[in-house]
Amino acid sequence: MSVELLNFIETVINGLMSGIMYSLVALGFVLIFKASGVFNFAQGVFALFAALTLVGFQTGQVPFSHLINELFGTNFHNWYPSLHSFFAIILTIITMIILAWLIEKLVLKHLVNQEPIILFMATIGLAFVLEGVGDLMWGSDVKVLDVGIPSGGSEWLEKTTIGWASEGSEYYGMYIDVLNVWATIIAVILVTALALFSQYTKTGRALRAVADDHQAALSVGISLRSIWVLVWAISGFIAMVAGIMWGTESGVQFSLSLIALKALPVLILGGFTSIPGAIIGGLLIGLGEKLAEIYIGGLLDIGAIENWFAYFMALVFLLFRPQGLFGDKIIERV
Amino acid sequence: MIYKETGQFKSTYESDHSIFPLIQDKIAFNILMLVAFLVVPFFIDSYWEKAILIPFLIYSMAAIGLNILTGYCGQVSLGTGGFMAVGAFATYKIMTFFPELNIMIIVLLSGVITAFVGILFGLPSLRIKGFYLAVATLASQFFIIWLFNKVPWFYNYSDTGQITVSERTMFGVAVTGANAPPYATYLFCLILVIILGFAAKNMIRSKIGRSWMAIRDMDIAAEIIGVPPLKTKLSAFAISSFYIGIAGSLYFAVYLGALEVTESFDIMAISFPVLFMIIIGGLGSMLGSFLGAAFIVLLPIFLKNVMVDLIGLSAVTAKHFEITIWGLLMVVFLILEPHGLARLWSIAKEKLRKWPFPY
Repeated sequence: MSVELLNFIETVINGLMSGIMYSLVALGFVLIFKASGVFNFAQGVFALFAALTLVGFQTGQVPFSHLINELFGTNFHNWYPSLHSFFAIILTIITMIILAWLIEKLVLKHLVNQEPIILFMATIGLAFVLEGVGDLMWGSDVKVLDVGIPSGGSEWLEKTTIGWASEGSEYYGMYIDVLNVWATIIAVILVTALALFSQYTKTGRALRAVADDHQAALSVGISLRSIWVLVWAISGFIAMVAGIMWGTESGVQFSLSLIALKALPVLILGGFTSIPGAIIGGLLIGLGEKLAEIYIGGLLDIGAIENWFAYFMALVFLLFRPQGLFGDKIIERV
Repeated sequence: MIYKETGQFKSTYESDHSIFPLIQDKIAFNILMLVAFLVVPFFIDSYWEKAILIPFLIYSMAAIGLNILTGYCGQVSLGTGGFMAVGAFATYKIMTFFPELNIMIIVLLSGVITAFVGILFGLPSLRIKGFYLAVATLASQFFIIWLFNKVPWFYNYSDTGQITVSERTMFGVAVTGANAPPYATYLFCLILVIILGFAAKNMIRSKIGRSWMAIRDMDIAAEIIGVPPLKTKLSAFAISSFYIGIAGSLYFAVYLGALEVTESFDIMAISFPVLFMIIIGGLGSMLGSFLGAAFIVLLPIFLKNVMVDLIGLSAVTAKHFEITIWGLLMVVFLILEPHGLARLWSIAKEKLRKWPFPY
């Protein structure tokens, strides 16, 4: 095979896998939007908050230690030197469930029947609150997150592929981050579990009923509020998974919350209401972005078009299908 | 007692249609103008100028712009930062091309250029709505910031990528640049805000504003009764961008003097704060734009004074608190009063009508 072809294959694979990372974030958006009609801007901050909490539990940090030390001149730092990742993850999941319950209790309950834009703004406020509280609780320094998922290039793949290039050409093998492979596996498990849960359990059916029609669901005796808590908790869980993946890759810091902005084009491409849409949208965006960066960006000699290319793709797409790939058809009546 | 409307009869259509139909409002506004023009310029120092008054005026301008688009025409936009950047860079380029041009003309021209850019990025609104549109405007934000970062022509090939303002005068007094006296920059912004504020108010009260509101309330119904969606939406984008462009132009030329695009016009630095302004101030309210801008300019100063100077927290922790409080305020506001400060004011007026002797 020629080097160009091998490079192309490498780009495609990497693009698809980074797309999976976007899908992980988009998935949380879609779940909440389907069940409660809320466009949850805080999803990215959810991921940041979950990752911060996870690191906090792992290293046994005392919550709000910075604040307490500043106010009272004490010197608190850690409860215990370290905790096994498994228990830390369990504790984080519990935290996210409590968070979902609090959000329902304190915010959503009071905003029922408001216009969608008001709810959207409320989630922006929520994002600020969570970001501030996260920083106050755990400090804003960049943290290293390691839950035992391997990362870095795969040597095995490099060694295998190095022989594929035609004789005499300079080729050093494909570079694929093992972390992305793990992210793909975990995403597949997650989506399968979600699909099974929503198809084969009673709660799952209730969830789908609420997504279909709020009032009809209410009238057959499904508690909207408990469903909302459940959905936000599941989204919190997905955010944690996304936070672990992104946090392992680039450290836990504020910029982690900006992955929400990366997930938005995925949403408009895939449609706000479709789980397969989130996955396929993510794959398309990841693929398009990587290809554009290398082939268009390289051609024009200007870098970093990754920042907006995804949006551009999504926009062009919207011109032909305003509701996204798999979104519900928008029917408007006067 | 204070807001007594009894006895104020309108005998002509002109007086019935005036901007301030109540004598109390008219008096209050005139006093405010007198203070703004005749008192403040004599007492203004550079702290009041740079920390409070100029940001307030500039943010008011941006908030009016966004309110036209989002509050009156119902098209949610998250691209304010991008459009302000267009205004700023247009000012910079015009300044370098035409060194003799008057600063007022430069600022207005920048607004016009931004209006055209706004029309361009408003085109998707004809096809997509709601959240899809909000996300689409984010695209313009990222694209514009990227463009100004990556194409050196825009910042005249300077090494740092910064743009710096050169000195321009009005009536012999420097308005831009480091030597501009506080009263000059203040009056310059004030005059622009007042003129354009009245222009916006009148646009909203006339046919074009009514067609915006028709589109906002229900676009299909509006189309059926003969409001052209294409013209209406694009005009809202154009005029809104004109105001935002002027805000960006002032932000660069008068307020900052030198800036770097990614830092100054970031989505977190401009787009969201301006959106908060109109939400907290009141969607679809002129007064709300000003109240929201004042609120958002004053709150951080107030919080900083309380937390850093009074309680003695470190600046970083105070910043985190500030973010939290911002978020909390937004959520609380949306829960308690989704129509913003402007609604609170009109409720207060109702109460003041009978106060202090309610029956």
